[in-house]
Amino acid sequence: MSLGYVIQRLLIFLLVIWVAMTLIFFLPKLVPGRDPVMERMTMLMASGGIQAEGITRMVEAYRSEFGLDQPLFVQYLRYLSNMIRFDFNYSLAQYPTKVLDLIALALPWTIGLLSVSVILAFILGSLAGGLLGWPKTPRVYGYLLGPFLLMSSVPFFLIGLLLIYVFAFKLKIFPIGGGSQFGQLPSLSPSYILDIVYHSILPASAIVIASLGGWALPMRGMMITTLGEDYVILAQARGLPPRRIFFQYAMRNALLPQITSLALSMGTIVSGSLLVEAIFRYPGIGSLLFTAISAFDYFTIYGVVFFIILAIALATLIIDLIYPLLDPRIRYQKQ
Amino acid sequence: MRTFLSYCRRNPQLAVGLIMFLALLLFWLIGPLVIDTDDARPMSALPDLSPSTEYPLGTDSTGRQLLPVLLQGTLYTLQIGLIAGSVGLLVGIILGFSAGYFGGILDTIVRTGADVILTIPTLAVLVVIASLIKDRLDPQNMAAVIALLAWMWPTRTIRAQVLTLRERPYVEIARLSGMGDVKIILKELLPNLLPYLAASFVGAVSAAILAAIGLEALGLGPQTDPTLGMTIFWSIYYGAILRGMWWWWAPPMAAISYVFIGLFMISWGLDELANPRLRRAA
Repeated sequence: MSLGYVIQRLLIFLLVIWVAMTLIFFLPKLVPGRDPVMERMTMLMASGGIQAEGITRMVEAYRSEFGLDQPLFVQYLRYLSNMIRFDFNYSLAQYPTKVLDLIALALPWTIGLLSVSVILAFILGSLAGGLLGWPKTPRVYGYLLGPFLLMSSVPFFLIGLLLIYVFAFKLKIFPIGGGSQFGQLPSLSPSYILDIVYHSILPASAIVIASLGGWALPMRGMMITTLGEDYVILAQARGLPPRRIFFQYAMRNALLPQITSLALSMGTIVSGSLLVEAIFRYPGIGSLLFTAISAFDYFTIYGVVFFIILAIALATLIIDLIYPLLDPRIRYQKQ
Repeated sequence: MRTFLSYCRRNPQLAVGLIMFLALLLFWLIGPLVIDTDDARPMSALPDLSPSTEYPLGTDSTGRQLLPVLLQGTLYTLQIGLIAGSVGLLVGIILGFSAGYFGGILDTIVRTGADVILTIPTLAVLVVIASLIKDRLDPQNMAAVIALLAWMWPTRTIRAQVLTLRERPYVEIARLSGMGDVKIILKELLPNLLPYLAASFVGAVSAAILAAIGLEALGLGPQTDPTLGMTIFWSIYYGAILRGMWWWWAPPMAAISYVFIGLFMISWGLDELANPRLRRAA
């Protein structure tokens, strides 16, 4: 992998983060003449819901940190530097807690759920699509995939709702929501880990079921194209075993565009999964965002949104950096 | 008409999608005659009633009658999608054609801009904006918010198509015969790209509806108007699943799925219309 490629990707990564932060800063300013954050804090202060002293201190911190009396440009620079240092201020709803701590608590849950279900859906979907494009596959499998194709056009969380109703409410096989049994202390004991897995089966299935078809359809098309290539015909002529042709000649090459679209659709997948978390009350980033929105907890919303953007940009960067290792054409392009 | 019908036989996806939307259109036209949409307001009936002959889809915990809610909600949701999708497509056409046709620095800016913003999860940015104006959201300004970030994908795909068309001989001839740039774009390029534009319009509408439903499921939708996503949100909020009130969440869920599957079918069909090379693979 050439150094130039890595630097180029890193620059794009930084550009994405900067553009996103700028959008988030300036777009709300288009809303005329209000500062909802201040309004919300004043409201909290007036109702005396949480410690009045805490709120007063937060208002002061908010004023001085964001320099609301300063020109917009200075505010913008302050905001950028706060975000980069992960300083998201206090949570408005759970006062003495910092937003960063809330995120740190939720992040492992989301990463665990997302990575497992996205990778599973990607592998299963690509394999299914590859098999569908393979002429020797029995026709029946094609009909099996039909429902998955239709479900891939429906938002993830709707599948989640259906799963909750059928498997948690009606059949009572799986828990209705949450990340683990209530009141259990986190530990590394086998029973706790088992409990976590048990609680994550339904949300993970929702993500896998809803995204499987989306991987299978393009993979089938790519597989058909790849099978027409000369090297596959040559491999067949040489009498290589079909299994080897399927995996090493056809699948391997047909997978490349899939990886590009994995990078492209990262945002959609993550947003979809956040909603799944919210309806399952899974203790990850999605639920944090959900509760923050209903409590008008703006600092938490900003923090979570920044983290989501950062995480997706990072995931895209990683895929971009892995890609040349898989596709030598890119590696040698510039040399 | 005849050629259209015979084309539909070759392209069943498109036919199915179009029929699904015709049915929706009928539901739209006939629905308000039979169903009074005023009943979609809270307290129009007793709360928490299961479906009966009087209230075909029952009522929710605030006393909305759910059949009118379904009708009104489908209408609002499509409205949001169509407005945001049209704005997205229009901006995409303007940016995509000018970037692809004129090239140069304009092209670099538009291409990089669209690519960079595409990497940013739209929903995350929309959440920030919508949460700040949550109490003032209605279907129209919701569409406006979503339209802010609905132009990147159309821009990108249209630009790519214009790039391949720009060098075609007939465009070259038009240029040599002294046709102006704007005229070439409108008379030579645009008509040839109509199937693509239709496909990206469907894509933009469906992305906009997806964004709208996503925001609404987080509670960031019109707080009083019953859109489909908000109905799902309220049903979660009031714990409808655990209370066994399937009539609250299942119909909007079916309606959302119906809309998405219909759009999916149409875009699949249009893809084939715009991209005849796919036919060999099918």
